[in-house]
Amino acid sequence: MLDIQKIRAEFPILSQKVNGKPLVYFDNGATSQKPQIVIDAEVKYYQEINANIHRGVHTLSQLATDAYEISRGKVQQHINAKFAHEVLFTSGTTHGINLVTNGFASILKPGDEVIVSSLEHHSNIVPWQMLCEKTGATLKVIPMNEDGELIMEAFDALLSEKTKVVTVNHISNALGIINPIKYIIDKAHAVGAAVLIDGAQAVPHLKPNVQELDCDFYAFSGHKMCGPTGTGILYGKEAWLNKLPPYQGGGEMIKEVTFEKTTYADLPHKFEAGTPNIAGGIVLGTAIDYLNSVGFENIQQYENELLEYATKRLLEIEGLKIYGTGKNKASVVSFNIDGIHPYDIGSIIDKLGIAVRTGHHCAQPIMNFFCIPGTIRASFSFYNTKEEIDTMVEAVKKAKTMLS
Amino acid sequence: MTIKEIQNEIIDEFSMFDDWMQRYEYIIELGKSLPLINEEYKTDENLIKGCQSKVWLHGEQKDDKIVFTADSDAILTKGIIAILIRAFSNQNAEDIINADTEFIDEIGLKEHLSATRANGLVSMIKNIKMYALAFNAKNNN
Repeated sequence: MLDIQKIRAEFPILSQKVNGKPLVYFDNGATSQKPQIVIDAEVKYYQEINANIHRGVHTLSQLATDAYEISRGKVQQHINAKFAHEVLFTSGTTHGINLVTNGFASILKPGDEVIVSSLEHHSNIVPWQMLCEKTGATLKVIPMNEDGELIMEAFDALLSEKTKVVTVNHISNALGIINPIKYIIDKAHAVGAAVLIDGAQAVPHLKPNVQELDCDFYAFSGHKMCGPTGTGILYGKEAWLNKLPPYQGGGEMIKEVTFEKTTYADLPHKFEAGTPNIAGGIVLGTAIDYLNSVGFENIQQYENELLEYATKRLLEIEGLKIYGTGKNKASVVSFNIDGIHPYDIGSIIDKLGIAVRTGHHCAQPIMNFFCIPGTIRASFSFYNTKEEIDTMVEAVKKAKTMLS
Repeated sequence: MTIKEIQNEIIDEFSMFDDWMQRYEYIIELGKSLPLINEEYKTDENLIKGCQSKVWLHGEQKDDKIVFTADSDAILTKGIIAILIRAFSNQNAEDIINADTEFIDEIGLKEHLSATRANGLVSMIKNIKMYALAFNAKNNN
């Protein structure tokens, strides 16, 4: 059992007032709040060991390098990667995905096929579209059903020897649906395709095991899992990372440079040109330690309670419809009220101190599927409470009265 | 009335409200009373693509004035457009171009000017001014 009040006390922002009301932060899908231990680690880095890494022989540079590489090791352990050099630091999920699509530009040929899903965030659609435009490959889309679940029979039918890459999110950001990624990975591998999993929405809720999943790439962001903004990880299987060309040229990623020829550094440095977000990378390790100390089993169990409670309470409101009614879900509720624009509800409940996301959640194809301009999305974290859900439900009721 | 006089009148009206809820209820009322844009003008061309809600804005010249009509799929947005139309419609181009928009701040709608919602209110004002600039250029030719 989690001691929620103790946990809440570790997040200074949660005791704030917004518009004169106690903050109810339900926009965790966009970014999570940070515990004091993470904030302190960021300060401590700059106060005590700030130096550029992997270069200097001086003590501070070595301390900073060690801290950065220890953090990489923590991530490796956390996601159960085989090697630390399969863990690349990035600026976030989007960066990780673009690193991969950029690499595939020299691999794909006209007639090849890339499969994405209809549940993707724009950042796992657009880079693949750009890749297809560049290479002449074709983009195929796994459709979904009315519950927001991907249709696996349709996916099976899309697969062929033309399929070179399959990419799908672990958990949908707009609806919270958990996708059957193990099935997708195995099926894709059976036709020889590589698989990238967008784990941005999964890592706050669960601990991905990349070896067990057997995915080729797994991209996620640090800021959604209590870490700093501008941090992220791209896991890639060693063989794939060796095969892909570097993403950016610069310092750090080279072995030897002459004007005739440059040889690239070994993994992971080949993909880490320039001075990275050193503080962020180190502190991401702190965030992962923190989450593990709370415990993912505890987190999941508690967040499921919140999800069930919120679903039940929201459905008490007449005319309220939840999108993403599939069984396998993370703690996200996406909803609308009949005849009312989500923006109107969002604006009013913001005045009541409640932070939710309204709009298309960068997933316009999903909104088009349901023929709606957007939804109101409440996404819960382990530091949220049932009382906060009650406050939101009352606020939504009030907004509904004002707007009807 | 000049744009400034109308804006002051709007500020006076809003000063009667004690809290945000009354202000929002008034904006919702204004939104409901906004005369709708002629369907033929609800085109993609007249659409101000905002992040959150759709806004259609149409302007046409009547004598030396510009008349604006608009619509939105969100009621709060509609109310805000109703306020803008009241301030800027039926004015001449020169006055619209030179008008400031500080009254938005004074009636407590500053948050609608923030970057995330900017596409709404800021773009509406920008589009109103663009119409005025275009008509002005046309008339001076």
